Amino acid sequence: MLLWTTRSRALTLSLFALVVTVVFAAPIATVVAAALAGSWTGPLPSNLGGRNFAAALSDENLASLAVSLQTAFVAGALALVVGTWAALAAREAPAWLRRITDAVFHLPIAIPSVAIGLGLLITFNSRPLLLGGTKWIVILAHTILVLAFTFSAVSAALDRLDPAYRQAAESLGAGPTRVLLRITLPLLLPALGAAAGLSIALSMGELGATVMVYPATWKTLPVSIFGLTDRGQVFLAAADTTLLLAVTLLALLVVGRLRRR
Amino acid sequence: MTATLERPPAATAPPRPEPVRWRGIAWTLPPLLLVLGLAAYPMARVLTESLDSDTGSGLDTWSGVLGSELFRTALWRTVQIAALSTLGCLILGTLLALVLAFVPFTGSKVVGRLIDAVLSLPSFLITLAFTFLYGTAGAVNALIARITGDADGPLNFLGTPLGVIAAEITFFTPFVVRPLLAAFTQIPREQLDVAASLGASPLRVLRTVVMPEAWPALMAGGSLVLLLTLNEFGIVLFTGAKDVVTLPVLIYTRGIVTFDLPGAAVIATVQVALSLTLYCTYRFVFAKLTGGSRAAVDDKI
Repeated sequence: MLLWTTRSRALTLSLFALVVTVVFAAPIATVVAAALAGSWTGPLPSNLGGRNFAAALSDENLASLAVSLQTAFVAGALALVVGTWAALAAREAPAWLRRITDAVFHLPIAIPSVAIGLGLLITFNSRPLLLGGTKWIVILAHTILVLAFTFSAVSAALDRLDPAYRQAAESLGAGPTRVLLRITLPLLLPALGAAAGLSIALSMGELGATVMVYPATWKTLPVSIFGLTDRGQVFLAAADTTLLLAVTLLALLVVGRLRRR
Repeated sequence: MTATLERPPAATAPPRPEPVRWRGIAWTLPPLLLVLGLAAYPMARVLTESLDSDTGSGLDTWSGVLGSELFRTALWRTVQIAALSTLGCLILGTLLALVLAFVPFTGSKVVGRLIDAVLSLPSFLITLAFTFLYGTAGAVNALIARITGDADGPLNFLGTPLGVIAAEITFFTPFVVRPLLAAFTQIPREQLDVAASLGASPLRVLRTVVMPEAWPALMAGGSLVLLLTLNEFGIVLFTGAKDVVTLPVLIYTRGIVTFDLPGAAVIATVQVALSLTLYCTYRFVFAKLTGGSRAAVDDKI
C-alpha cells in the first residue's frame, strides 16, 4: 500500500526477509542444529547424529524434563483457577477494589523474577511456613509469575464478552451459579485455553525465580540447561533446549486441542 | 513501595454500598489476599531483610552495598543495556511492523506467527544460539576466517554489553511489533491511498499519516520493553561474562552463590523500586493516553 513500484517492493521485501531470517529464524535453527551436532568448529556443524538427544533423554536430564512439565501444569492450573476467580469477581466489585486487584495481580510482571525468588526464599524458609527445600516453593514461584498473565487474559476476554447473553439468562430466571457455569465460563473457554497455553509456555522456560529457590531434588529443565552451559557441555544444553521447545509446543497443541473440543 | 501493599487496603471497609456490591467484595477478597500474602508480603520481607544486620544498626548493609563499586557499575550497566536495547527494539520493531502491515506479501501470516512464537521462548535460548553463531569459535567467525584465510575470525563481542544488547533486541522486538501491528491495522487504507494519490511520497505518508497514529502503541511497547529489559536475567546469566553484570544477576550471585541474603535484599529493593517506578509511570501515562492501561500487556496475550 505504501510502496507503488515493483522494484521498491521487491527491495523492501528481500531486506525484510533477510532481517527476519537473521534475527528470528537463525537462533532457533542454530540451537536445533547444535543439538544434532557432535562438534561445530567450521561454518557448519559436523558429526551430526542423535547422540545428544539420547543423552538428553537419559536419567538425570529426563527427570528435569518431568519436573518442568509437572511444575508447569500444576502452576498453570493453580494460576488459571485463581486468575479466573479474581477476574470474574473483580467485575462485580466496586471500582476502587477492581483497580486494586488489577494493580496487585499485575505486580509480578513489573517486579524482576529474581527479586520474587529472593522474597520467597526469605519468607518461606523459616518455621511457620516452611516450604524451602521442597518442590512447592518452585511451584509457588511459577504460580505467582504466571498469575499475572492468566488474570489479564481472562480480564481482557471478559471486557470483550457480550453482556446480552448473561442478561438474557438472568432475565429468564437463571441464578448466578447457573449463569456462571452455563453462560460465562463456556464463552470464556477460548480465552482460558489461550491463558493455559501461555502459562505453560512461560513456566517451562522460567529461570530467574527458579534459580533462586530450587532444591536439589526439584531441578527444572532451564536450571539443568544453565548447569550444562556453565560446565561447557553446550551441545547437550542445545539438545535439552530443543527438547524444551518441542515439549512446550506439544503441550500447547494438546491444550489447543482440548480447547476446541 | 511494596511495604504499603502488605496490609490489604480492602480491610478498611467502604461506606456500606448496596448488597450486591458486598457480595462482589466478598468474592474478590480471597484471591486478592492470597496474592498479597504470596507475592506482596515476600517483597516486604525483602525490605525488612535488607535492614537486618549483625551489628543491629539497620542501615549498615545499605551503606556497604550502595558504596561498593560493583553495585554502582551494575546499576549503570543495567540502565545502559536496558535503554539501548529498548531503542534497538523500537527501531527494528517499527520497520518490521511497517512491512508486515503495509507491504502485503504471501506468507506474511507465517512470519507474524514466527515473531509471535519468539514471545513464548525462554530468553536464554537466544544467548545459547548466539554462542554457536557469533561466538569466538562460532559459525560466522569460522566462515569469515575461511574466506580471509586468517586463523581467527574478527567477531568477539558476545562477552561485552554489545552482545547482551544484541540478544535482548532479538528477544524483545516482538513486544514492540505486536501493539504496533494492532495500531497500524486501525488506519483506514483510504487515508494512505488519498495521500499517495495527492502526490505524497511513501516517506511523507509514513511521517504525516501513519506514524502519528502509532505513537501510543510505540510508547506502550517501548515502556514495556524497557521494563522487561531492566528485569532481564536469563540472557545476562547465560552470557556469563565478568564485565557484564546487571542488577538481577548481582542479586543472584549475592544471594545464592555467596549466600549474603541481606546484601542481595538491598540490591533487590533498589531494583524493585526502579521497576515499580517505571511500571507506575507506564500505567499512569497509558490510563490517560489510551483509556486501556493494559493495552501492551494484553496484546502480549
